[in-house]
Formats: sequence, structure tokens, C-alpha cells
Amino acid sequence: MKINWFKYSSPQVFYPLAGKLIPWFAWLAAILALVGLYVSFMLAPTDFQQGEAYRIIFVHVPAAWMSMVIYIVMAAWAALGLALNARLSAMMAQALAPTGAIFTLLALVTGSLWGKPMWGAWWVWDARLTSELILLFLYLGFIALQSSIDDPRRADRAGALLALVGVVNVPIIYFSVKWWNTLHQGSSINMGAAPKMAATMLLGMLLMALAFWMYTVAVALMRVRCIMLERERNTDWVKELSLKTLSSQSIAGAK
Amino acid sequence: MIVLKRDLLLAFRRRSDVATTLFFFLIVSSLFPLGIGPEAAVLSSIAPGVLWVAALLAGMISLSRLFAADFADGSLEQMLIAPQPLALLVLAKISAHWIVCGLPVVLLAPLIGLQYALPNDALVVLVFSLLLGTPALSLIGAIGAALTLGVRGSGLLVALLVLPLYIPVLIFGAGAVAASQHGMSAQAHLSLLAACALLSLVLAPLATAAALRISVE
Repeated sequence: MKINWFKYSSPQVFYPLAGKLIPWFAWLAAILALVGLYVSFMLAPTDFQQGEAYRIIFVHVPAAWMSMVIYIVMAAWAALGLALNARLSAMMAQALAPTGAIFTLLALVTGSLWGKPMWGAWWVWDARLTSELILLFLYLGFIALQSSIDDPRRADRAGALLALVGVVNVPIIYFSVKWWNTLHQGSSINMGAAPKMAATMLLGMLLMALAFWMYTVAVALMRVRCIMLERERNTDWVKELSLKTLSSQSIAGAK
Repeated sequence: MIVLKRDLLLAFRRRSDVATTLFFFLIVSSLFPLGIGPEAAVLSSIAPGVLWVAALLAGMISLSRLFAADFADGSLEQMLIAPQPLALLVLAKISAHWIVCGLPVVLLAPLIGLQYALPNDALVVLVFSLLLGTPALSLIGAIGAALTLGVRGSGLLVALLVLPLYIPVLIFGAGAVAASQHGMSAQAHLSLLAACALLSLVLAPLATAAALRISVE
């Protein structure tokens, strides 16, 4: 069966589809988070060096992963929007940005909560912390630029260009900061090499990462639905939709 | 070439604009000793970072002037529809901006370096690093200036957009001076700085041209 993907690039078609998908992703996120939290707090063994305090990594590491993944996905949507001039792609990029910024902030906050007992300092100027902080600045710049341009089409395209410039710069910034200073412990998960942590720890972390991922999709879809309604408020399908909602509410009220 | 000449002429006729950037650099870098204290050892250890940050901020506050005047009087639109490639015209404008705002800072920097008790070797490296780095700052900044053209509160917005992208240049630039202060070779830092400058020389005019087309339509 061949699916016509372009069919779903129309907000009118995508709006109900997104509405149907949201509960699935939201429930998946909730269930995965519950199982993930159970594994990380009940099953995973206590670390022989770091004690119980290490358990914050079950939130910290997935949040840091998501903060980077979301930026790349956002830039990909932005590039797609710029290349194909598709409205929906730009809306997706706009919908993802706040979630990405929140995960970046979460990674920074949990990182500093972990750093206090482990390193004895809330903040150290090490490579990964610093580049995560800069990533937060990049997200904020994107959001600020989009919200300060009134014309939505121009805001989309300007934001898209900024996201692309950011993506080119992210590796450069990362390596410059890394050479500048390195104090962070080595990465615990290596592709290829066997992980240095217990299997249950890894399982908890992966479950939490998946839960965050599902949460991101659900929230981005919710936000994109709001953006669609706001941007397309003058079109027929939104008017029809609001009439339908109004009439169903008045029927419910009459009952 | 003609665009470059025209922009330089315009800047020369309004000399106060050039002076503002320079005085900003001077004042910011004079504030630090007042805040920190006059010990020569402390000053020379913070000098590379302070001078580089001051140069970076001076370059940034002048960015808003890069396209604003041409946008207001309509000559920017003429450039957009001109037969010459827009990226080339943009490069000429950025070069003029650098000669007007970047080069004076580079020339003034060793003087302020003396006030910070920098040794002679480090002063030479400071000038070299600024000479390589400030064009990169102008090039990267032009993207931000083009994106925020005619936008509410563009002055502050430009800072938010451009400063994160300046970080590599700052690290390598200040790193070069600090390395020479500690008796190490600054060559690695300077090479990386040159790499940043060349990369932005290739990509930034294209991105700026695209941003201008988005902003002016």
C-alpha cells in the first residue's frame, strides 16, 4: 500500500489525525515513565561509588539526549519547510522548540543537582555543561526570533534559517568547548564497546528515554494543533470545526 | 567593489559612527581594571578574555547599522534585484563594515593590552588573533543582522542570536593569547581561528543573502 505523505502535509487533514494520535503517545509516555521509574528506583542496584545519588541520571541522561535530538529534528523540519515551502513543517519546528528548551533546562538543573554531591559544586565550567548551556541559548534565540516577527510566514523562514545555521555551528561549538576544558567523566555508554553499567541501569535509562520521546511527540502534536488553529483561523475548515464544537457543546448543555 | 567603496565613503562622512564603536571598546575594557583592581598580575591574566569579549561586544553593537540604513532608503531592495549575485554584494558590505568597525579595534587593542600589562609576545599574538577573528565575527554577525532587519527590539534580539555563535571564535582567540602568555605556541589556536574565519567566509555571505531575501519582501 502506498501512502500519500503529502496528503498529511495539509493542516486540515493533519489536525484530526494529530488529535487521534495524541492519546496513544500520551499513554505510551505515561506507561513507559512508570515502568522506567520503577526499574530505576526499585530494581537498579545502588552504585558502589556514587551511592543513591546517582539515580538522578535516569532523568538527567535522557533529558540531555532529548535536548540534542529535538534540536536536530527541529532543524530538519525547518529545512523541509524552507525547501518545500510547506506550512506544516514550519509549524512542527515551532511546536518542538519549547519542549527542547525545557529538556535542556531539565538536563542542566538535574546535572547541577548531581554535581553538588559528586563534584562538590553546583556548576563547573566543563565542556558538556557549557555546550548544553549554549544549546539552551540557541533554543531561546530561535523562540525569541520567531515570537518577535509578526508575519508568521516570515517568522517561519527566518527561524528555519537560524535553526540551520545553529545546526552547522553545534559541532563547532561542541569541539571548541571540549578543547577548551574537560573535567567531565568519560561517557558511560559507548556504541560498540560493552556498556560499563549494570543491565538494569541501562534498561531504566532507555525506558526513561523512550518515555521522554513519546512525551515529546504528544506535546509537540498538541502544540502544533493550537498553532494550526491560530494560524488558520480565517479558513473555512477552522470555522466549520469551531461551529461543530459550539453546537455539540450547546447540545450537551441542553441535555 | 563599488558597494565597498560606497559604504566606506558613507562611513567616512559619518565619522561619529566609527568613533562610537571604538570608544565602546575603549570604555568597556577600561571598566574591568576599575572593577577588579590595578594589580598587574591579575590584569594580565584576565587580559586575553576581557579584551576579546570587549572586541566581540563592540563588533556586535555595530551590527544593527550593517543593513538598517540601506533597508530604510530602499537601496537594499535594489541590491536584491541587481544582476550581480547577492552573496557577493553582501560580502562587500560586510568587508566595509569590518574595515570601519573591526579594523580600528584591532589597531587599538595592543594599546589597551599595554594597560593590562601584557608582555610583547602576547601583544603580537593578540593583534594576529583579532585580525583573524574579527572578520569572522562580522561575517557571522551579518546573518543575525539580516534576520532581525526591521524586527521589533532587533538590537537585543541580535545579541541573543549571534553571541552563542561567537563562542568558538572567542575561545580560540582568547586561547591563542593565553597560550603565548604561558610560553606555549599559539599556532594551534590561530590555525583553528583561521579555519573558523574561512568557513564563515564561505558560508556566511550565502546565509546572509538568504536571510535578506526572507526579511525584505
